[in-house]
Amino acid sequence: MDYFLTEQQTMTRDLAKKIADEKIKPVAAHYDETEEFAWPVMKILAESDLFGVYIPEQYGGLGGGILDMCLVTEELSRACGGIALGFAGTGLGAIPILLYGSEEQKKRFLPDIAKGKKLAAFCITEAGAGSDAGSIKTTARKDGDRYILNGTKQWITNAGEAEIYTVIALTDKAKGARGASAFIVEKGAKGLSFGKKEKKLGIRASATREVIFTDCEVPASNLISKEGMGFIVAMKTFDSSRPGVAAQAVGIAQGALDHAVEYARTRVQFGQPISGFQGIQHMLADMGTQVEAARALVYAAARMVDSGAKSVAKESAMAKLFASEVAMRVTTDAVQIFGGYGYMREYPVEKYMRDAKITQIYEGTSQVQRNVIAANMIKESLKRQSRD
Amino acid sequence: MIFPDKCAGCALCAAVCPFGAIRMAGPKAVIDPEKCTLCGACIAVCKFDAIELRKDTEQKKDLSRYKDVWVFCEQKKGVIQPVSFELLGEGAKLAKKLGVKLCAVVLGSGIEPRASELSARGVDRIYLVDNPALGVYQDDPYTEVLARLVEEYAPEILLCGATTIGRSLAARVAVKIKTGLTADCTGLDIDEKERLLLQTRPAFGGNIMATIITPNHRPQMATIRHKVMKEAEICETRAAEIIRKNYPETVMISRTKLLGVMAEIEETVNLTEADVVVAGGRGMGGPENFAMIKELAVVLNGAVGASRSAVDSDWIPYSHQVGQTGKTVCPKLYIACGISGQIQHLIGMQSSKIIVAINKDPDAPIFKAATYGIVGDALEIVPALIKEFRRVKNF
Amino acid sequence: MNIIVCIKQVPNTTEIRIDPVTNTLIRDGVESVINPFDTYAIEEAVRLKERLSGKVTALTMGPPQAEKALKEALSLGCDEAVLVSDRKFAGSDTWATSYTLAAAIRKIGAFDVVLCGKQASDGDTAQVGPGISVHLDIPQVAFVKKIEDVSVNAAKVERMTEEGYDIIETPLPCLLTVVKEINTPRLPSLKGLMRAKSAKIIRWTADDLEADPGSLGLDGSPTRVAKIFTPPPRKGGEILKGCAGDVSKKLVGLLKGVVI
Repeated sequence: MDYFLTEQQTMTRDLAKKIADEKIKPVAAHYDETEEFAWPVMKILAESDLFGVYIPEQYGGLGGGILDMCLVTEELSRACGGIALGFAGTGLGAIPILLYGSEEQKKRFLPDIAKGKKLAAFCITEAGAGSDAGSIKTTARKDGDRYILNGTKQWITNAGEAEIYTVIALTDKAKGARGASAFIVEKGAKGLSFGKKEKKLGIRASATREVIFTDCEVPASNLISKEGMGFIVAMKTFDSSRPGVAAQAVGIAQGALDHAVEYARTRVQFGQPISGFQGIQHMLADMGTQVEAARALVYAAARMVDSGAKSVAKESAMAKLFASEVAMRVTTDAVQIFGGYGYMREYPVEKYMRDAKITQIYEGTSQVQRNVIAANMIKESLKRQSRD
Repeated sequence: MIFPDKCAGCALCAAVCPFGAIRMAGPKAVIDPEKCTLCGACIAVCKFDAIELRKDTEQKKDLSRYKDVWVFCEQKKGVIQPVSFELLGEGAKLAKKLGVKLCAVVLGSGIEPRASELSARGVDRIYLVDNPALGVYQDDPYTEVLARLVEEYAPEILLCGATTIGRSLAARVAVKIKTGLTADCTGLDIDEKERLLLQTRPAFGGNIMATIITPNHRPQMATIRHKVMKEAEICETRAAEIIRKNYPETVMISRTKLLGVMAEIEETVNLTEADVVVAGGRGMGGPENFAMIKELAVVLNGAVGASRSAVDSDWIPYSHQVGQTGKTVCPKLYIACGISGQIQHLIGMQSSKIIVAINKDPDAPIFKAATYGIVGDALEIVPALIKEFRRVKNF
Repeated sequence: MNIIVCIKQVPNTTEIRIDPVTNTLIRDGVESVINPFDTYAIEEAVRLKERLSGKVTALTMGPPQAEKALKEALSLGCDEAVLVSDRKFAGSDTWATSYTLAAAIRKIGAFDVVLCGKQASDGDTAQVGPGISVHLDIPQVAFVKKIEDVSVNAAKVERMTEEGYDIIETPLPCLLTVVKEINTPRLPSLKGLMRAKSAKIIRWTADDLEADPGSLGLDGSPTRVAKIFTPPPRKGGEILKGCAGDVSKKLVGLLKGVVI
């Protein structure tokens, strides 16, 4: 399908695809097996300028937007959803600075991110605050020209590998969610440490750790926006980043689908390739249609974000919900088409199924997405009614 | 260049054009001048003489002063390299057809005793330049000396081995004396009527073969692939005439300076020289299993090769890689273990005399190239082969 | 440091297939790429520039569509690109090609190093690089696997040999042909791709080179192609069947005369 990409977007996608095919595909199984962080691939991505596709030119980027970020995430995820997170997780960590950072903060942090010199990470989740993000416990106490952070963030993508962390912490416990603020914490800050690397079902090439603040000192100039804006920063960040997770889901689904089609063409049973059987054909047709529908929704949502639309919460939640559900279904069906081989780790498709699952969970579970979608639908309806 | 009245529209030329420059426009063939490289393949194939190449404007030169077949005999550390004996074997045939002498050219330092041994290889005359500056190969003095010898004694044909030295040296000499050079030939013959050397070589990675001639320049120069021609037999009774030449120091100056010669110790048998190559690929499963490849190679006194995927996986160093981006080998026996046989690999080994392929996948392309194929797991077959070869050898 | 890289556009041999019926090359849809060996020369040139600063000029002789190869070279870090293209060059063998490229290099002007891939994947001659060095009368080292030191007027390099390698010092300017072992070429960068898209390619014809017309193209080429033919396709050999022990016995029996 033609999505009428600009010349630069086409170039971006093609380059990401080339890197995925030549540099990621051959090592995807290795990093899945060893659970190491794919630094050599990050270096290649950095040299290719892809880390800068969504960052404005004045900060050393290429001036594209969320759609550009989605194109890269999708192509990388087609080869490995885990390695792609090094890129996508950095995007998530950078978006708060892009959206709410001061000019000085943007100048200080974005060029290194654009060049791929530094990875970034976003820290909100805690042991007791998953879907209920409002119940975070990490605090930030003002002390002269600095803040002192205390608390532990959990399951943070890129933790330990990234240099730049955007952190949501409470500056005013009494106000609850309204007392939250967003900070930029640099690796090496006094009192910043990391927990052990988590062992995961999928996306095993990505680094997931606790980020621990023990009287961690952060300069006051690293406060993003104002005190009390933390939750708005977080929610607006997710509105922009959800198409990215959705793009990861589309990439994972497409990767599994490509394998399934090729396998169906070459696998012979009952004297003919199994692609000759209508049962398989219909499965492939449904998989292909779902993936394309998901992609169309993701690109549309990303374009809406890039257009500067005021409220994109509903649309980006829809994209994330739909694409992640599609990814789970399509990767499961791909394993089914491979049959017994699909279940074996020697073959590539079971990894896609394991990788797909997380897209239904992180950056808001499918259930939370539905909440967001429904809440926005009801709000819109109420608005219409009150206008009538 | 196509005469429409003669063209019968048979489309043979369009099929044979290596550059896709000919298409059929209705019933007649048309040449796309942007793509045509004037290679002449279409002319050879046209049954109706409907295609003509613009005739050379050059006058035919008098080439009669050029006589004899020369073989540049490469030496390393004072040892004449075996490829030279193959060239002498082939050169003798060419000299006989032309009714001229077979001459060896030897450049070196203190090399005379070894050079005179070439008498026994059927050589009529030996041109010898013995000078300390020629002890090891250096581009400048070697080029200068060989060019001067050629200009003075005017051979009709000059053959070099297609080795790293031969390919560098021949290319330089040919440009210097303005004559044609054909690289990496696998077949030579003589057009006796025209006294032309017919030089056949693979191109496009062995997918097509081309026969090249040098009609108006002498000597006709070619580098010849190692292990393709038969070595000249030893015949002790002959004695060759030796012509000793020397040149002033100005000729011997080298702008480059050789600081050291490093041997890579890992290999006991030189891959491109070996009569037997045992090669492993992706199907070996991991670096640890290359031990059995090495063992089989030792049993057969051969060298170890590898496919690109095995090298890219860091199972074995690049110096073992056989194929388009690695080495080209043509041993008497090539045993491919767990190698699927991608075209890039076949390019590097398909001229081996006997190819044995061991692979799990019966549809692997390697079986198309194989003399003998075994469908099965290399990890089981190779140990069985080692055992069997050992048993037979001990008899 | 001014570096000139000579490249050639070739058909992608990984895509070359033989038509089983006509036994000819299937060319449809075969894309043109930079000769794989030249990609190592480009990478080495860009690395030298990054190390020592300076300028890299990519040079090719070929049809107008060879511009694509030059654009790719620009996207990989070359600064300028020169396309030498003229009908008069058609039919060039390695003599005429090296003559023409040498003339173009003279016109480019001052340079310290000329880099070439060790050979092209379509012709496999490995003759053009050494030929250029003779035409330019500069020292050369062929089959270089490592460039160790480079100073203003000399370079220390390793030349691959059958047995290992030689360490050679050469004065500058010089010509080096490089082998695959020398580096791992980078992929293009997005900024490089965008720069290449808008970059202007310098185009020269035979007249621009002030070359001797008799040394160009077919007239300047001592060799002629007498015949081109496709080798008969291999039919595939005998398949040996049985358990590991049995097939080994059979095979060893068949090979007895060859290796034992």
